[in-house]
Amino acid sequence: MDPIKVLTANIDKPNSTSIDVYIDGGGYKAIETALKMKPEEVTQLVKDSEMRGRGGAGFPTGMKWSFVPKNAPKPTWLLCNADESEPGTFKDRVIMEKDPHLLIEGMIIAGYAIGSNPMSYIYIRGEFYYGATVLDKALDEARAKGYLGKNILGSGFDFDITVARGAGAYICGEETGLIESVEGHRGQPRVKPPFPAVIGVFGGPTVVNNVETLACVPLIINNGADWFKSFGSPKNTGPKLYCVSGCVRKPGVYEFPMGINLKELIYDHCGGILGDRKLKAVIPGGASAPMLLPDEIDLPLNFDAVMKAGSMLGSAGIIVLDDSVCIVDAVWRLSKFFAHESCGQCTPCREGTNWLESVLDRIERGEGRPQDADLLLSMSDNIGGKSLCALGDAAIGPVISSVKKFRDEYLHHIEHKSCLPETVRYRRLDAPVAAH
Amino acid sequence: MADLHPDNPYAPDRFPDASKPVEFPPEAKKKFDYILTRYPTKEACLLPTLHLAQEIWGWISPEAVLYIGGLLDLSPATVFGVVSFYNMYNQKPVGKYHLQVCTNLSCMVRRAYDIYDHLCEKLDVNPGATTKDGRYTVVEVECLGSCGTAPVVQVNNDYHENMDVSKMDTLLAELK
Repeated sequence: MDPIKVLTANIDKPNSTSIDVYIDGGGYKAIETALKMKPEEVTQLVKDSEMRGRGGAGFPTGMKWSFVPKNAPKPTWLLCNADESEPGTFKDRVIMEKDPHLLIEGMIIAGYAIGSNPMSYIYIRGEFYYGATVLDKALDEARAKGYLGKNILGSGFDFDITVARGAGAYICGEETGLIESVEGHRGQPRVKPPFPAVIGVFGGPTVVNNVETLACVPLIINNGADWFKSFGSPKNTGPKLYCVSGCVRKPGVYEFPMGINLKELIYDHCGGILGDRKLKAVIPGGASAPMLLPDEIDLPLNFDAVMKAGSMLGSAGIIVLDDSVCIVDAVWRLSKFFAHESCGQCTPCREGTNWLESVLDRIERGEGRPQDADLLLSMSDNIGGKSLCALGDAAIGPVISSVKKFRDEYLHHIEHKSCLPETVRYRRLDAPVAAH
Repeated sequence: MADLHPDNPYAPDRFPDASKPVEFPPEAKKKFDYILTRYPTKEACLLPTLHLAQEIWGWISPEAVLYIGGLLDLSPATVFGVVSFYNMYNQKPVGKYHLQVCTNLSCMVRRAYDIYDHLCEKLDVNPGATTKDGRYTVVEVECLGSCGTAPVVQVNNDYHENMDVSKMDTLLAELK
C-alpha cells in the first residue's frame, strides 16, 4: 500500500499555516457548501461516511453528533480535544502546527451541524505552546476573512473559537475530564451517565471531537461520503494518520488509507528496526494498548482488526520495541506514567497504578519475588473496570499483555536477579530519585 | 516546631504572606480582561489566568493564589486545588531555563535517560531541583507528544527534538 496525502496534503507547502495558502489549495470551500445544506444533512453525510472518531475509542462521529438533543434548555457546545498526551501519539500536533485552517474549517462545519452556540474551544495540551500560537494566529486570520464571527458568509450562523490551554494533565484527554478542565476545575472525570451529549460543559449538551476527526470533516463535505469510504474497508473508513516511534529507522507520522498492514508499515515504510536488531514487541495504539508479538503483527491497522488481535488501535500511536529493550523496564516506564497521571479520584486506580509501578520496579532491580508475575495480574484484575474512566483499564493493558506474553522474561528477572543478557540498560538503576 | 518543609512556599506557617501583595501589571490586566470575554463563567477563566500569572512571575506563589482567587471570586483553596492538580503550574520558583526531559517509553529507548542523567551531573543538581545560581531547573517529564523525533527536551516553552548528549551540551552553551 502506498502512502497518501489527503489529510496531510498541505503540510509540506511553504508557509502552510497561512490562510492564503490554505484557500489557494481549495480551503474554506467546504464551509460554503455546508452552510447551504441543512445541519441534519451535514450530520447525515458524516454518518454516511462511516467515519469513526480518531481520538481512541473509534465511536462513529455522525452518530455522536446526532445524539445532541434538539431544543435543549441550555446552549450546545463543541469542544475540540487537542490534549494529545497518549505516549506514542503525535499526529494532531502535525495538523495543528502545519495546517491549522483545516481544523478550524472542520470545527465551523461541526459547530453548524450540531447547532453549537457562538463559542467553542480547542482544548490543547499546555506543552504545545507553539501549536497554540499557530492556532491563535490562524483564528485571527479566519476572523479577518469572515469565516469566524457573526453571520458567517451571510448564512446567519455565528461561531467563534477560543484556544484553551491545558496545563499538563493526561486525564484531561478523557472527555469528561476535559469538560471539567474547560470549566476551570481539576480535571477529574465525571460519572456517566449523563453523557456529555446530554449534559456536558457548562450544563449544556456537548460534543467532544478529536483534532484528526474534525480535520476529516471538510474533506467529507468536499468529496462526499463515498469518496471517504473508498479509503479503507467497511466500518473502518477514511484516510488515517499513523504515528510510529521507538526502535525504527524512520519514525514519524505516516498517512495511509485506514488499514495499512502493521508489518508492512514497520518494515517497508519506516525502514525496519534500528540497527537491524530483532523485533520484540509492538504497541499498536498508544501506551494503553496491549502489546503484540512479532508473529502477531501481520494485520491491518484498523479498529476492528486490531481489536480482534486482542489489542486496540486507539490513537494509532505505534511504539516499536526491539530485543535491546527489557520488557519489564518498558512496562515499568509506562506504569510510572499511569501512576503519575491517575487523577486520584477512584481508589483502585490511584492506589493500584502506584503498586504496579513499585512491583515492576522491584522486579527490574532484581528484588522480585516468585509470586510477583501473578501478583501483577491479580492487581490488574482489581483495577480494571473498577474506576470511573478508562485510565485504570489503560494502565493494565501493557501489564497484563506483557506478563502473559513475556512471562519467561519476568521469571528470568526474579530467578537470576538480572535482565536478559541481550538487553541494554536504558536507565541507571542507581540514579538519584527526584524529591517530590 | 521544626519546619519539616524548608523549601515549600506553601508550608502552613507562611501562607499567605500579607506583606507581599501581588498585582498584574497593566499589560497583563488587559490580557486578563480579554480572557474574561472568552468564557461564560469566571471560574472557567482560572486556567488561562494561572498561565498568565506564571508567564509574569515564573511560578504560582501563595500570594498569586490569593490574588487570582480575588479576581475570579474563588476561594484560595479552590485555586490551589487547581494549581496543585496540573503539572505545569510551578509551586515554587524555577530556574531561568526550565529543562524538561521527556523520559517516556519512546524517548527512553532513544536514550533520554542519558541526557537526563548527564544534565543532573553536569549542572550538579538533584533531579527536579534548581541550580544554586538559579539558572537551570532539571526535571523529568511525561510524554511531550514528540515521540517521532525522540528524545525531546523542552526548554521553557520550546521543544528541542532529536536530542542526544552532545546536542544537549551545545544547547546548554547557548543558554546563558
